[in-house]
Amino acid sequence: MAVELDVFVGNTTIMDEEVYQLWLDGYTVNDAVKVRMEGGVLEECETSADVLLSDTMDQYRTFQMCERLLHSPAKLANQLLFQIPPHRQAILIERYYAFDDAFVREVLGKKLSKGTKKDLDDISAKTTVTLKSCRRQFDNFKRVLKVVEELKGPLVENIRQHFLLSDKLARDYAAIVFFANNRFETGKRKLQYLTFQDFAFCAGQLINNWTVGAVGEPVDHQRSSRVYMDVDLDKEFLQELKELKILITDKDLLDQHKSLVCTALRGKTKAFNEMEANFKNLSRGLVNIAAKLTNTKDVRDFFIDLVEKFIEPCRSDRWTAADMRLYLTHYTNSAHILDTFKHQVVWDRYMGVIKSCIFKMYHD
Amino acid sequence: MPGKLKAKIVAGRHLPVMDRASDLTDAFVEVKFGNTTFKTDVYHKSLNPQWNSEWFKFEVDDEDLQDEPLQITVLDHDTYSANDAIGKVYIDIDPLLCSEAASVISGWFPIYDTIHGIRGEINVLVKVELFNDLNRFRQSSCGVKFFCTTSIPRCYRAAMVHGFVEELVVNEDPEYQWIDRIRTPRASNEARQRLISLMSGELQRKIGLKVLEMGGNAVVGYLQCFDLEGESGLVVRAIGTACTLDKLSSGSAPSTNTHIHPNTAPASNACNSPSKDGKEPVFGEDLPSSSGPPTPFRALPTSSSSPPPFSPSKPCSRQSSSSDTDLSLTPKTGMGSGGSAGKDAGPLKTLLRQQTQTALEQREFPFFTLTSFPPGFLVHAGGVVSARSVKLLDRIHNPDEPETRDAWWEEIRQEIKSHAKALGCHAVVGYSESTSICEEVCILSASGTAAILNPRYMREGCLDIGSTDHRFEEPSPPSCGFCHIPYDELNMPFPAQLTYCYHCRRQKVPDVLFTTIDLPPEAAVTGKGCLIQARLCRLKKKAQGEVNATAISNLLPFMEYELHTQLMNKLKLRSMNALFGLRIQISVGENMLLGLASATGVYLTALPASGGIQIAGKTPGDLSNEHHILTIQKRINDTIAKNKELYQINPPELTEEAVGSPIPEPRQRSRLFRSHSESSDELSELDLSHGKKDAFVLEIDDTDAVEDIHSLLTDTPPPTGFYSCNTEIMPGIYNWTSGVQMFTSVRVFRLSNANLTNQGLNKIFTDLCENLLKSFYFKLRSMIPCCLCHLNVTVAVPEEELIQVAVTAVAMTFDKDQTQEKPAEKVIQKGSGEIEEQLQFPLELCADSSSTSTQQSSKISGTVSLLTPAAKLCHNQLVMVRSAGVPETSNVSSRAASVDYGSFADRCSTWLELLRLKAHTIRRGSVKTSRRTQSLAHSVSSLERGSPLPEGRSRSLRSNRSFGGSSVTVVKMTPLSFLPGTRIIKYLGIINMFFIRETTSLREEGGVSGFLHSFIAEVFAMVRAHVAALGGNAVVSYSMKECVLMENPNKNQAQCLINVSGDAVICVRETDQEPVSSSTNIGQSCSSGTDGGAT
Repeated sequence: MAVELDVFVGNTTIMDEEVYQLWLDGYTVNDAVKVRMEGGVLEECETSADVLLSDTMDQYRTFQMCERLLHSPAKLANQLLFQIPPHRQAILIERYYAFDDAFVREVLGKKLSKGTKKDLDDISAKTTVTLKSCRRQFDNFKRVLKVVEELKGPLVENIRQHFLLSDKLARDYAAIVFFANNRFETGKRKLQYLTFQDFAFCAGQLINNWTVGAVGEPVDHQRSSRVYMDVDLDKEFLQELKELKILITDKDLLDQHKSLVCTALRGKTKAFNEMEANFKNLSRGLVNIAAKLTNTKDVRDFFIDLVEKFIEPCRSDRWTAADMRLYLTHYTNSAHILDTFKHQVVWDRYMGVIKSCIFKMYHD
Repeated sequence: MPGKLKAKIVAGRHLPVMDRASDLTDAFVEVKFGNTTFKTDVYHKSLNPQWNSEWFKFEVDDEDLQDEPLQITVLDHDTYSANDAIGKVYIDIDPLLCSEAASVISGWFPIYDTIHGIRGEINVLVKVELFNDLNRFRQSSCGVKFFCTTSIPRCYRAAMVHGFVEELVVNEDPEYQWIDRIRTPRASNEARQRLISLMSGELQRKIGLKVLEMGGNAVVGYLQCFDLEGESGLVVRAIGTACTLDKLSSGSAPSTNTHIHPNTAPASNACNSPSKDGKEPVFGEDLPSSSGPPTPFRALPTSSSSPPPFSPSKPCSRQSSSSDTDLSLTPKTGMGSGGSAGKDAGPLKTLLRQQTQTALEQREFPFFTLTSFPPGFLVHAGGVVSARSVKLLDRIHNPDEPETRDAWWEEIRQEIKSHAKALGCHAVVGYSESTSICEEVCILSASGTAAILNPRYMREGCLDIGSTDHRFEEPSPPSCGFCHIPYDELNMPFPAQLTYCYHCRRQKVPDVLFTTIDLPPEAAVTGKGCLIQARLCRLKKKAQGEVNATAISNLLPFMEYELHTQLMNKLKLRSMNALFGLRIQISVGENMLLGLASATGVYLTALPASGGIQIAGKTPGDLSNEHHILTIQKRINDTIAKNKELYQINPPELTEEAVGSPIPEPRQRSRLFRSHSESSDELSELDLSHGKKDAFVLEIDDTDAVEDIHSLLTDTPPPTGFYSCNTEIMPGIYNWTSGVQMFTSVRVFRLSNANLTNQGLNKIFTDLCENLLKSFYFKLRSMIPCCLCHLNVTVAVPEEELIQVAVTAVAMTFDKDQTQEKPAEKVIQKGSGEIEEQLQFPLELCADSSSTSTQQSSKISGTVSLLTPAAKLCHNQLVMVRSAGVPETSNVSSRAASVDYGSFADRCSTWLELLRLKAHTIRRGSVKTSRRTQSLAHSVSSLERGSPLPEGRSRSLRSNRSFGGSSVTVVKMTPLSFLPGTRIIKYLGIINMFFIRETTSLREEGGVSGFLHSFIAEVFAMVRAHVAALGGNAVVSYSMKECVLMENPNKNQAQCLINVSGDAVICVRETDQEPVSSSTNIGQSCSSGTDGGAT
């Protein structure tokens, strides 16, 4: 005797959140049944493994049918096939677009192409996220990128509106899209200690301050050659960053800057000596990063440069986070007092982001 | 030229990509009605086209309006090749033809393709302008309302119930008409869909004509079915109950989940004197006589479906009483002639019978498809009557004259009618018909409940004076009256055990009552009800033609017998004494027959408590065997005890004194439960009678019997917090909350083992059904506490070695805290206010509705006072008769090609023997059995225990009503006639849809399960869309009539046909809390100001 067919369809679509998660996590039906059994649902509901299997299959089928709709979440609200209460729709979408930090960490900054997709096996093996789940997450990234790429206006808002995601998740997606678009290098060993949330924060900073969208819509954007978008960094701004080089090339300016910072810091930190000794090195590091950002290659290395040129030296000198805060604040502010330094606006725009990124990245 | 149909195509959305190159579609729409077709412009390169077309106008006959659907076809324009069809929408415009239903159809419809399923949506506007047609000879019947609901619809009152209407139309099935054997799936499926839509329309129109002829304006309990007879054709048939309905003003529309308390429904024990014949009764004097405690109820007892009693517009209303006199003609011969025992109610009863008979006599078939009735309509229920007939299908030669099929049904109905007569009944209620077809063999079945009805609903205008008619009313309270036997005690159709009614003590009741109707809301019930199913498989040899038909008809009586036995045993195992909503389905396959009987068991307070079940061994000397028997006996006893607790069956104890002489078998009553040590001597007693199979003394003499007993015990009760029933409402649960989840589930099992035994098959089938129920309980666990209502299970044998079970049911949440409270008073209070204003005879009404508080007091206190026994004679039993072949009229049989079997008469008589034997042993069985009830503590308050549930879960169900923000209207669906917590304010028309889905890529669609899953979801979606377009937000009385699945996995193909129906309605949340004041002054309006506004 074998069950040839077994379906259960409710007028209001029945979805079990636990099973949904198992499905999203890429469990096969049988594995999902095992997990559910281990969860003790059999005893709790006085039922049998057959029932559990049948229920799991039904739900999996439902999810598969829904998946098409989830690819364009706006459709879910006005499709007629499934009657799903709105709050459940929101849960479905939010969960579908949720991702594993371990997975996203692996693909962050990589080109969302077929090539990367082929590597998903390896990523799956490495992160213990099932291949199916990896594919879903990867495809989600690609789908969001594809839609948002062609849209004008604020990135986070676009994602939120097109995919009906929560603000938090929309921001994460903005970060992923932004990283993928600019191909920031995040995979190097030295960057391994950074979590996705660290990067997402930095991406947020970059999006909000360094992109074209960040400065507001240009008045003549119709004729402007610059596309009003915040997926790309503001090219003009990157050009202007070159001007900051004066801070390290002009010997007087460098010395003056150093003395101002040192005066401010003296007696306020135990690491003062190291700060004083390393000032020129660190300053050169930061300004060089700024100056090189016109090269796409150097944009990609932005984070690794930050770590190598700044975070690592500080860490080897055992700066505390408070030291870092103190130093960068005075380093930034002192530049304003330099009378021959004319690029205050660019400097602020640059250092504002650098400061918050480094604060976020300076941890174990 | 009586109608103008106007359609406008507004827009489309989510269309499929038809042009791979551009990933877009160039869509346009064809709108077709009859032979006229209009086209919209092509909307280029869009998946969301905005056609915004002009109004397409069709000028047509109203006959066509009724028959034809509006056909909308969405196509992709292709300059170089033929245009590709995207899909179709069929819109039934019938709802627009009735002024009281919908006025416009407007909304998004799924575009459906039989191969690809739903492909986007289209926004359509449809209107109809009707011109009055006063032609007497017209062929149309616009304006007749149709309802699937098998009770008087919630916002109407029945001015008159005319009776049975039936019709059938036949045609060739397009599926079998491909001349050159090359079948194009899409064309074939669409031809079938269109044809069935046409035939349904035609059928409805013809039935409508019959209704108009009878003077009615509506069909209630409309049941339409398809018989896919294969090459011999396609039959669409329908039955229903013609009524004259009056719309209640929206303000007075009664609430949906109200119930009448037993003690307030119309009954007047005091008015049983027949002397008032021909006069207006004097009610004043009767009024106080029977009320012990001061009765506050002067209000008219109304229920949800009850009509306000007076409508001044009816001219003949006052005449009715005089017209009654001519009804007291000679009683029909053979009916209750044996003498009415000469007691005081005797003459009255005869009178009633004569008069009702006459009222029903004009009708060829006094059948009613209703399953619940206005108060007072049903006087007595006699028992289930059913008839089956095996026919050989032959080509329908002349589709315009479907006489053969008509004759077949005519024959079955005659049989039903005669069974009802045998039970002393003049009518059949809860009537339904069905077929099961396998190859060229067809089993036609009909069943219903023999009943005696109150004639006042059948006579013109009589209803309007409502209860003034009540000298004819049975002198029995409504909470038990329907249980009283309708036939003559001395002239019983078969031996049965009668006792005096445990509720009123006046009249005789049977020991068990089987019916196909819903539990009357006013019935007095102890504890809760539960779903009881009997399942049976019988193997049969594969055969052809007449041999096959003979084999099947030989098997039928045994199957019915066994199903009946199983039902009875399971009923006893639950200590219950009545079945409602009984539906016995026998399905035929190539090599087996499946039988499934479903019903809702309940303990009727009026009927005697059930005895237990006694196990007996064949060889009493065998010690090991005896031990075995004892173990089984213990298990059975334990199960009974457990069930009593589970279903809270604690009937009030009846002491010998209180019961007195009317109870015929004191021995039985005094007998206490014996300990196991004593049981051996019971066994020896039993041995005296051995050789006779006994219903309740179960002998285990072979392995089969052991199996049977095991299967009896394998029925697992639903998990804590769950109840289930197959009737509209669950006996014992009254406070529904708004959580509703309708579902459809289908399972198909493949029997892998070729040489299975009957026993093995039974086990498989039973497990299949049990597992299905279990999986419902599991899936719906978040709704606990909840009840699965209207569990409608259908079985089929789609292919050799396949068993298909399809279920449609609704899970409804309830508030467990008040499960014991019957919201009694509020209904009465509610009805009273508005009715009072219309009343012309308030006095009479008061008289009618006072009364019967004695019942209440006795019930609550748990003591039974002895009332004067009225000489009413009763009993019921299940009568099962089938016919094979055509007994008379040779001209019919020659044409019908039906099978006539010489041995039929013989077998019939053996069958009756079986029944008699059975009835006999039932009595014996109960003598043998123990009476545990006696020792159980009881009181009404003790009912409180049971169903201990975690409190937190009761609120876990989210109501899907308050979605908000969604652009899609939420449409609730339910197989019931109401939605808890809401009021239906408008019926928008009947939904009757037929779909075919086919695939040639079965694997890609997820196998048969994936295929059917999406198809059912699509059907739901299309039903919801149509309802929403009519302006509705719910479907009530929803049912899936047909689900035929054919698969060929080797070819990667499958095809499925689904037919669904229901009533589209607008319902509003029942916001107002009914005032539950127990005030006595009805002079002031107590009706709640219910809001009539639609949401």
